[in-house]
Amino acid sequence: MTEAARPAPSGAFEYLTTKKDEFVGWARKFSLFPYPFVTACCAMEFMSVSATLYDTDRFGAALPRFTPRQSDLLMVVGTVTHKQAPVLRKVYEQMCEPKWVIAFGVCATSGGFYQNYAALPGIDKIIPVDLYIPGCPPRPEMVIDGIMQLQDRIARDRHPIVNDRF
Amino acid sequence: MGAEVFDPIREQLGGDALEAAVAHGILVLRIDRDRVLETVRTLKEGYGFDLFLDVTAVDWPEREPRFDVVWHFYSTRDFVRLCVKTRVPLADPVVDTLTGLYGSAHYMERECHDMYGIVFRGNDDLRPILLYEGFEGHPLRKDYPKQLEQPLVPYREPKP
Repeated sequence: MTEAARPAPSGAFEYLTTKKDEFVGWARKFSLFPYPFVTACCAMEFMSVSATLYDTDRFGAALPRFTPRQSDLLMVVGTVTHKQAPVLRKVYEQMCEPKWVIAFGVCATSGGFYQNYAALPGIDKIIPVDLYIPGCPPRPEMVIDGIMQLQDRIARDRHPIVNDRF
Repeated sequence: MGAEVFDPIREQLGGDALEAAVAHGILVLRIDRDRVLETVRTLKEGYGFDLFLDVTAVDWPEREPRFDVVWHFYSTRDFVRLCVKTRVPLADPVVDTLTGLYGSAHYMERECHDMYGIVFRGNDDLRPILLYEGFEGHPLRKDYPKQLEQPLVPYREPKP
């Protein structure tokens, strides 16, 4: 506390910031609360990933929240249509920072084989996406690998809490 | 299959039908569009076709009149299907509604209106059901551009 109060030499401050980021990142990466935005057949694979055999609980991403306001990981599972796009956008905007987005399956990633009047060609057209998991549907191993990569990224990230610098 | 059900129908309605043939176990009646309502009423009340399965259309861009409108019915008494077809031109794609006979026709006629722009005279609720307000054109018509999108949310700028 005393160190933070008086103007500290920059090296010490950076040391403190790094340790703080490491600590917060460690905490955040094991408490991902996913919001499953499930629209299509990839839901079956999502269930498989969540259920006993593959069990995302091991990564702290076990407890789906069914309101976006309590979640920090948006998993878009399945095809999103143009008619549905305003809903997805609204769900994303309701989530509190910090938030991450996974595009689960090839339809959410790029529209997949749907290139027509109905389907949105990839959810990154309307919201920013942190991680793409292609596949039709992706294997549970791919999803787990994806979640672990996202965790690595969260662990390495900066986590400003008070202001831009800290 | 179904001959004992279809034969009396062909006898009664065959004279008015432009075509009446059995294909894949389904009796197909092609009739004039002014006779659709009357024919379907006869089929429902006289021959037990009490389940309305679907109404859709077929687009023949080279042909005049351009559209086929196709109805499918099922008889839960005799376990047979029946198909009614009629032709309508692009300039006047109107047929009579079947909502007076089958309540389920409300939704299916809205879908057919969405996709092909067929107008069902007498159905006053032809709002979009699968498409959305503001969508222009009819996507299952052959002249709708294959990749034309009409997004509701503006797209983000791609990363530089």
